[in-house]
Amino acid sequence: MATEGNVLELPKESSWYSPSKLKHYIGVAIKDYPVLWLTILFVVLIFPALTAPWTAPHDPLKQELSKRLTAPVWSTGSEDKPPSWSNIFGTDKQGRDILSRVMHGSRISLMVSLSALAIGGTLGTTLGLVSGYFGGWVDHLIMRIVDVFLSLPLILMALVIVAVFGPSFWTAIGVISVLLWSRYARQIRAEVLAIKQMDFIARARVSGASNTRIIIKHVFPNITNTLIVLATLQVGTVILLEATLSFLGAGIPRPNPAWGVMVADGRDHIASAWWIAVMPGIAIMLTVLSMNMMGDWLRDKLDPKLRQV
Amino acid sequence: MTTSSEVYKEPEKKIGNVVLEVRDLRTYLYTKWGVTKAVDGLNFEVREGETLGIVGESGCGKSMTALSMLRLAPKPAARTVSGQIILDGEDILQRPEPEMRFIRGQKISMILQDPMTSLNPVYSIGNQMVEALGMYYQGEDNKGLKGRAVDILRKMGVAAPERRIIDYPHQMSGGMKQRVVGAMAISGTPRVLICDEPTTALDVTIQAQYLRLLKQVQADTGVSIIFITHDMGVVAKMCDRVAVMYAGKIVEQGELRSVFNNPSHPYTKALMASVPSMEHAHVEKLYSIEGQPPALFDLPVGCRFANRCEFADAKCLEAYPPMFQDEDGHTADCWRLEGQWKKVAEATT
Amino acid sequence: MADEILLQAQDLTKYFPVTKGLVLQKTVGWVQAVDHVNFSIPKGKTLSLVGESGCGKTTTAKLILRLEQPTTGQVTLEGQDVHTIDGDELKKYHTDVSAVFQDPWSSLSPRMRVRDIISEALIVNQKVTKVEAYERVDLLLEQVGLRTQQATLYPHEFSGGQRQRLALASALVGNPKLIVLDEPVSALDVSIQAQIMNLLKELQDSYDVGYLLVAHNLATVRYLAHEVAVMYLGEIVEQAETNELYDNTLHPYTKALFSAALTANPDSQREEIILRGEVPSPINPPSGCRFHQRCPYVMDVCSQEIPVRKEMAPGHFVNCHLY
Ligand SMILES: Nc1ncnc2c1ncn2[C@@H]1O[C@H](COP(=O)(O)OP(=O)(O)OP(=O)(O)O)[C@@H](O)[C@H]1O
Ligand SMILES: Nc1ncnc2c1ncn2[C@@H]1O[C@H](COP(=O)(O)OP(=O)(O)OP(=O)(O)O)[C@@H](O)[C@H]1O
Ligand code: SF4
Ligand SMILES: [Mg+2]
Ligand SMILES: [Mg+2]
Repeated sequence: MATEGNVLELPKESSWYSPSKLKHYIGVAIKDYPVLWLTILFVVLIFPALTAPWTAPHDPLKQELSKRLTAPVWSTGSEDKPPSWSNIFGTDKQGRDILSRVMHGSRISLMVSLSALAIGGTLGTTLGLVSGYFGGWVDHLIMRIVDVFLSLPLILMALVIVAVFGPSFWTAIGVISVLLWSRYARQIRAEVLAIKQMDFIARARVSGASNTRIIIKHVFPNITNTLIVLATLQVGTVILLEATLSFLGAGIPRPNPAWGVMVADGRDHIASAWWIAVMPGIAIMLTVLSMNMMGDWLRDKLDPKLRQV
Repeated sequence: MTTSSEVYKEPEKKIGNVVLEVRDLRTYLYTKWGVTKAVDGLNFEVREGETLGIVGESGCGKSMTALSMLRLAPKPAARTVSGQIILDGEDILQRPEPEMRFIRGQKISMILQDPMTSLNPVYSIGNQMVEALGMYYQGEDNKGLKGRAVDILRKMGVAAPERRIIDYPHQMSGGMKQRVVGAMAISGTPRVLICDEPTTALDVTIQAQYLRLLKQVQADTGVSIIFITHDMGVVAKMCDRVAVMYAGKIVEQGELRSVFNNPSHPYTKALMASVPSMEHAHVEKLYSIEGQPPALFDLPVGCRFANRCEFADAKCLEAYPPMFQDEDGHTADCWRLEGQWKKVAEATT
Repeated sequence: MADEILLQAQDLTKYFPVTKGLVLQKTVGWVQAVDHVNFSIPKGKTLSLVGESGCGKTTTAKLILRLEQPTTGQVTLEGQDVHTIDGDELKKYHTDVSAVFQDPWSSLSPRMRVRDIISEALIVNQKVTKVEAYERVDLLLEQVGLRTQQATLYPHEFSGGQRQRLALASALVGNPKLIVLDEPVSALDVSIQAQIMNLLKELQDSYDVGYLLVAHNLATVRYLAHEVAVMYLGEIVEQAETNELYDNTLHPYTKALFSAALTANPDSQREEIILRGEVPSPINPPSGCRFHQRCPYVMDVCSQEIPVRKEMAPGHFVNCHLY
């Protein structure tokens, strides 16, 4: 055993409040604690998205001009319009309840991001698989198209498409999917190139498995982790993109309570009625942040290359 | 006959005093499965100009032993919890960390298995060698260091070293890179050189060149070599003494011929019997050890080889055997030797 | 030879293009990975290819497995050119020929259950039900020394040696006539190597299957092979029945290769020939005899003329100007 005063002695258990321990706990809470992020996600995005029609206190579209520009409950408000528990987050300039609008907004955000992810993700994954697996001119062609898409200025592209097709829920989804697929295609292709070199693919070919069978049975199951991580990380981007488009008037058309539209509407009153823009802004921030954190956490858990140690 | 190849003559060996002495070295890894006892009470010594081979199965703790000797075992998982590593009369485990930087390289140096990852791909090998040499020859200018680098490369058998020195790692073959790594390892004229499977990535003919080179370097400088490998052929070629490791412990140790010609621990016996020979035709089946070594975080109380040993009896399962020794200093940890050999140490677990 | 020939390689050649340029790729040379190689494997016997890294062993194996197309030459299995068959004959080929690769960690699909991995060749090539296929899996698992209960596990739940057993079981599923073994034991520990080598021998005896064994460990080869072909830079330089070759090496390269191999015998009195220099690049291999730059016995003619194949003893062939 180690002798007294030996450098090799086991470090003593440091007490819980030492600075290094504190840092450790904070680190754990932020990085290794998906529960926190899941809770935020549930409160801000998932629960309201699923239940808004029943749980939102007001109709998000109903205008009550008498109540317009009411401040949130916790602020002092003005003489003539005292804050009220009926409109916890206050109202906008048409007297619509902000809380209800934010709750319904999460519904839109979730719908748009999931649909766009489904469409763009499927397209991108398929093309990435084909490109990486077959190689040759197919690969060249697909990758050059990907390059073109990745080099286009995103927002400008979206604005052009919307200018042509007119803003609508489906145009927004279409635009975002178009912007999304190229990232998927590139990442999946890189993954497939690595998998293709593995001996188990050679073994499957020696067994006489067809290309389709190899892609479905041997390649695809090995990229699902990447897909999950990619999707989680992309939800944040997509929500942000949707908000940006809506903010610019190219996304979800008014009077739908999309978060981006709400921020845009609040812009003119930012000095007098900050809550109109800030409340949906916080919703966007929390959602995107927690989605990204979840994505990072999932990547650490699922990616075999990073999982080491 | 031309000069392009030749029949090889062994350089002469001079073996001196004990340089390095390892006593009861234990390095444990604290993992989520439990305490992995990768190095669990090792005792051995190396003399000047001598080569000690450490052989054993994958995962038995060979590399962890090497890393522990340099105090480079992966932190924070690994901790050397006890032991002494006495180099020239001084326990280096007691030295403060900053001093270790000088001990590594100038006193103990190491060559790793994979030459590809031991060199930085973005610097020329000359640059990398000058940087390494700069640590030992402080105050010397670049030109002088470069001259030294060329000399060492020449010593390691690199042809036209003045020209090769501007090459980048990717421009060299595996054998050449391993020589460069070797050159860097001996550049501080260390007392002890640890080679962790340095030839596993090399071809047989290149391996033969490399082993011969190491022997020459040893004859010239008197460096002691600890040679880690799982290739019994390499051990037979290179080493003066061998230590056989099994599940974190040295189970048998002795002079090369005495261990190879008279393996006394059942594991060593089985290992020898399971290597096919290329020298004669085979008629019968190879001997094979069934089963697997125990997990290092879930070790049995008795002999660690007992579950695979054909001689194991109740005693073997109950307690780890003590160390027994014959007249020639050949030691082994096995209950079967009780009464035949002299008991020299109690069981260490 | 009285034995019935199972597989034959005739003039088998594979050149890989060396390209330059990022966009418009221009071929600037050829890697002569396999160059006019001839050999045959009798039914139920083992032919081994030995040689240093990069000499073309794996490429030859891939040509036989249809993983690469030959530049010229052909591979015939029981008289049929394997690179031109299709339809049912191709399906038959895929059950007749199978493979075991070197790395037990990358050669089994990580996301498939063991029973699906093993039965794949059956499911793909024959009209069998899952139940029938799984019955065969159980049989094979026992054959290779694993338990039938392990059929539903995933590969990561096995050790390296066990995985190599799984790979063998999956190679055996279609009752193959030939199994290509590319370094089947070199990634394993010595004690596990012996288990797998014994298993390979047993299976050959009970199934009468032929092996093409690619290996660089000469002791492994001596134990398993009936016949050995020594390759150097894409060419076969010497070929003979195993014991004949080990007792009587003729080609200077074979001599050097065998003398560099180490035996676990400290008293071995073998003379060691050390080659100078490195293996030349297969992109522009040396003229004449490809070994002449490293050969201790080089003569003027060696750099000028390509040596022809000579039969020095029955079945013992060598390509060298010395003979
Ligand atoms: N960073 C680590 N964290 C946890 N356990 C480790 C770590 N590195 C090694 N181990 C474990 O320590 C034990 C000894 O490993 P070591 O690398 O010394 O084996 P080895 O004898 O060198 O094997 P090989 O012949 O494969 O190189 C093994 O059981 C291994 O699983
Ligand atoms: N797809 C490829 N494209 C270009 N060159 C290749 C390709 N595959 C192999 N080569 C080259 O062909 C030569 C023969 O390679 P091969 O893999 O057959 O060697 P090997 O004898 O199996 O070597 P090892 O013992 O290292 O496995 C090498 O020089 C290699 O670099
Ligand atoms: S102590 Fe017993 S189990 Fe261990 S090696 Fe000796 S005989 Fe075998
Ligand atoms: Mg190691
Ligand atoms: Mg190979």
